[in-house]
Amino acid sequence: MMFSRRSLLAAVLALATFAHFDQAAAQEKLKVVASFSILGDFVKNVGGDRVQVVTLVGPNGDAHVFSPSPADAKQLSDAKIVFVNALGFEGWITRLVKASGTKAPIIVATKGVKPRRMDRGEHDGGSDPHAWQSVANAKVYVANIRDALIAADPAGKAAFEANAKAYLAKLDALEADLKAVIAKVPADRRKIITTHDAFGYFKDAYGIDFIAPVGVSTDSEPSAKDVAKIINQIKTQKIPAVFLENISDARLVTRISKETGAKIGGTLYSDALTDEKGDAPTYIDMVRHNIRTLGVALTS
Amino acid sequence: MLYTIFIAPFAEYEFMRRALVGTFALVLGAGPVGVFLMLRRMSLVGDAMAHAILPGAAIGFLVSGLSLFAMTLGGLIAGFTVALLAGLVARVTEIKEDASLATFYLVSLALGVIIVSVRGTNVDLLHVLFGTVLALDDQTLLLMATIGSLTLVVLALIYRPLVLECVDPGFLGSVSKTGAAAHLAFLALVVMNLVGGFHALGTLLAVGIMILPAAIARFWARDVTAMILIAIVSGVVAGYAGLLLSFYTSVPSGPAIILFVGALYAMSVLFGRVGGVVRQIFPGRHLEA
Repeated sequence: MMFSRRSLLAAVLALATFAHFDQAAAQEKLKVVASFSILGDFVKNVGGDRVQVVTLVGPNGDAHVFSPSPADAKQLSDAKIVFVNALGFEGWITRLVKASGTKAPIIVATKGVKPRRMDRGEHDGGSDPHAWQSVANAKVYVANIRDALIAADPAGKAAFEANAKAYLAKLDALEADLKAVIAKVPADRRKIITTHDAFGYFKDAYGIDFIAPVGVSTDSEPSAKDVAKIINQIKTQKIPAVFLENISDARLVTRISKETGAKIGGTLYSDALTDEKGDAPTYIDMVRHNIRTLGVALTS
Repeated sequence: MLYTIFIAPFAEYEFMRRALVGTFALVLGAGPVGVFLMLRRMSLVGDAMAHAILPGAAIGFLVSGLSLFAMTLGGLIAGFTVALLAGLVARVTEIKEDASLATFYLVSLALGVIIVSVRGTNVDLLHVLFGTVLALDDQTLLLMATIGSLTLVVLALIYRPLVLECVDPGFLGSVSKTGAAAHLAFLALVVMNLVGGFHALGTLLAVGIMILPAAIARFWARDVTAMILIAIVSGVVAGYAGLLLSFYTSVPSGPAIILFVGALYAMSVLFGRVGGVVRQIFPGRHLEA
């Protein structure tokens, strides 16, 4: 018994040592943590090779319902900077930061963004955390990240500034394209019906209205009443396109579309990037995908 | 007033009309088939076969998603296979047919759930298990109507041997050789109707619209023809009322329909003319000459 326990202990120690070597190899880079994938993408673009980014909520993950693991606390305690979105997006992060005992500064990437009230949904009445849905805000994120990185690693100042400048230029181009696509949509067609509640900033910045289906529970199988309500709403408000991803039965969405004449939209990404193979592996890809999808559904 | 409550939902929304027509088409075939299932004491066989359809439909789903053709074909093949295999096992081994059917359907259910999960999500699984009567497209409606019509024609053809086999299989065997053929044709009808019902009500509830109206009919008539008519009528009523219930209270449509047949059944158990509880307690006056 003693023997097996001792060998177990030895094994654990050996593993710990390996893990330590591993870290030592990566130590030359500035190790930072970003709370979710979109923020992580910004940090990667600004930090370039000088920074190693760990995202707590990975691609396709939902930051609203994320439950941190001990490994996440460990990532935090090793980090030199922790980037968060705040505005109520990662409610779990304060406790996690405390629990991890990290000395790293917590940088709020949305500092300077003008927060808007949430129209509806899970943060009802509170501030809307999905600030990155407006590209103008994304530029604020990037500036905050650049300043924080420079503060933590003054030697990389030139590199960070150059990276940020290049990335900001890309964001400008992105926003110009975005506005060009929307300009092509007639003003009275700039609305869709959707269960997404994450596009408030997008709506304010670019003037596309995201209307929620009224009084429809989104988690259970839709009843005849729900379907009738959605159809009525589309007809009375003359909504040209529907994005109903939570109704997973394509036949039902087709039925609604046939009965109302509204076009069926595709997938919109809001809270997380996809993995490398998906439609939205980076922030810029995500915005481009969303705007392409919206453009196809609203024009014609 | 009455119009707005009882007719308007269907006049206004096409999906409601489609759901109603689909349910009617379904009941037209499934009602009579259910009556014969019940008369031949095969109600549980119907249940078992309904579950047996799941893995077939699931393989269809795996190959091409929620496609009508693939899932129908898969369901038909699986349903026939299980019906024949269960009969075979019961015939060549010691086990009784009910036990062998129970085995087959439990295994099919497990297999089906696993196959659906391989490709889809829990939501997909729910669609296969409970169907979507609100999303019937042209093809599905046509399929259901075809199955209903075919069922009526085939039943008309095999009506005599079928009834005789319910009453006195020994006698039928002595005067005619059509018994086995009729039985096979009948099994085929059961599977077809279950597959048709599965598109609207899902594999779990499809059998409900078959068995429950028949059970209701049993409480109101002794005559087979009358039973068939009552089964169809009660199915139609429940389909209509279930859809209305779902329209006004936002409960899911398929289960609402089955719940209504269930309510009709409960009423029949209590007040049915033939063997209902009330009738047994208060038999009424004997007729005297």
